[in-house]
Amino acid sequence: MNVREELMEILEELHPEVDFESEDALVSGKVLDSFDIVNLVTELDDAFDIEITAADLLPENFDTVDGMVELIMNRMEDI
Amino acid sequence: MTNNVLDCLEQTAARLPDKTAFSDGSVSLTFLELKKASDSIGTALIQKGYKKEPVLIYMEKSPQQIAAFFGVIRSGCFYVPIDDEMPASRIDLIIKNCHPRVMICDESTREKAKKLSFSGETIGYGDATETTADAELLKEVHDKTIDTDPIYIVFTSGSTGVPKGVIANHRSVMDYIGQLSEVLGFGEDTVFGNQSPLYFDACLKEVYPTIRFGATTYLIPKELFSQPKNLVEYLNEKKINTICWVVSALTMISAFKTFDIVRPEYLRTIAFGSEVFPIKQYRLWRQALPDASFTNLYGPTEATGMSCYFKCDREIEEGEAIPIGRPFENTEVLLIKEDGSEAGPGEEGEIYLRGTCVTMGYYNDAERTAGAFVQNPLQSAYPETVYRTGDMARYNDHGELVFLSRRDHQIKHMGHRIELGEIEADVSSVEEIKICACTYDRDRDKIVLHFVGDIDKKALIEKLKELLPRYMLPGKVINLDEMPFTANGKIDRKKLEEMR
Repeated sequence: MNVREELMEILEELHPEVDFESEDALVSGKVLDSFDIVNLVTELDDAFDIEITAADLLPENFDTVDGMVELIMNRMEDI
Repeated sequence: MTNNVLDCLEQTAARLPDKTAFSDGSVSLTFLELKKASDSIGTALIQKGYKKEPVLIYMEKSPQQIAAFFGVIRSGCFYVPIDDEMPASRIDLIIKNCHPRVMICDESTREKAKKLSFSGETIGYGDATETTADAELLKEVHDKTIDTDPIYIVFTSGSTGVPKGVIANHRSVMDYIGQLSEVLGFGEDTVFGNQSPLYFDACLKEVYPTIRFGATTYLIPKELFSQPKNLVEYLNEKKINTICWVVSALTMISAFKTFDIVRPEYLRTIAFGSEVFPIKQYRLWRQALPDASFTNLYGPTEATGMSCYFKCDREIEEGEAIPIGRPFENTEVLLIKEDGSEAGPGEEGEIYLRGTCVTMGYYNDAERTAGAFVQNPLQSAYPETVYRTGDMARYNDHGELVFLSRRDHQIKHMGHRIELGEIEADVSSVEEIKICACTYDRDRDKIVLHFVGDIDKKALIEKLKELLPRYMLPGKVINLDEMPFTANGKIDRKKLEEMR
């Protein structure tokens, strides 16, 4: 399973009713709220063995699936 | 009368007319503006014939919402704040319970309000504040007010699916604020950073000390609570020195290593509660702010917010839960064992609270009031109502009270008190559901819904969004072929927990 597929699995578990691929304002458009972001980051840290920190928790990194994939890839490179 | 919250507002507005009382970044209200707005709203309500009755406040979180609270109190009525993001079906349950004849709304809720099962009068905030204040009329109402008159109803989760409306009066709120200030030390130089929504009692900690002591409260934009770096920068920009937050908000800052980038420069008083503070995160906070005071607060809505406190002035050991300490001076904790006798040192008992903190009960709900607001079990010589919390606790070796567990299926999730039974009642109302049960995954901070029924998870969550507020939605949903039962025929919750 690649990063995108694994991420989609986590997102669908979090919000089965949201069509994540078509959304481009997940945080700015309030689809994901602060509870979700905290839960999501915990899941991402565990699933990809990465460390997402405060500086990463910005709307632009979580507004789209593409943004999240890029963030995960960048953090994986750091390790 | 000295215990009237309006006297505080009056005195502070005279002393510090131009000082900012409440601000959300875009709108600020000074004490004088707050007083004037509340006088106008109060006059409008009195002129329309409303008195000593519930007034719904259906507004976006803002300084104006707080002005509406005081406007309602000014009229001799009591306010019922509604979450502007709450599903209509839940608001309808609240309406059904308190039968309000009038509602105050703003531009953001005006359209949504039309979809509610509300048949009374709707008053726009803007229109109400344009009313010319009638000093004579206001004085007449004020003179008839005594400190046991109610000022608000706040709704909390109820296990049968129907929320309970806790009704509190001037005296218990003023007493509470006085006690809280004794412990946390509020004053004119206090700058609060408010995190909690205004529709539940956690906000009393900021709203009322602000008017009593002439402090300032910033209502922090909700979205900052998922952007820890920006949140701390906001605290610094506004020079916020006092916060009373749920633990999850504090944990979010420390867990994401925000302190490596930026530190809260002005924070000196940190109070928290509602959840267990993970020791690792607590220590990160202490390291970042070694000179700040940290206080754990405990208390139910039924006892006007908080009843006990623990000043974190000793080392907390590894694996030790931060105690809830001891009661405020206006409160006594009775720790009662199952046999009705008082628990001794180290023994487990249920917390009963006595004192002026005990609220008036549940609005329009004599049955549930009688179940929780009971005669003091330690004496029967004269009538004395105490509140039975359902929280189990014991005293540790330091003589401090330690919270252990709940007697029922109530949980604390993201700072909100939730009856799992209420979620179950709403899930059961979905046609396709045969049987369901909720458990709480403490490690992952998630409400887990287990159900048997022919409906996919996506459709189920969609339906639940119409029934439950955001914080009560399950974080995980598990579709089962059959529900496990114990030998006694009860749902086997232990087995469900193993399945998660």
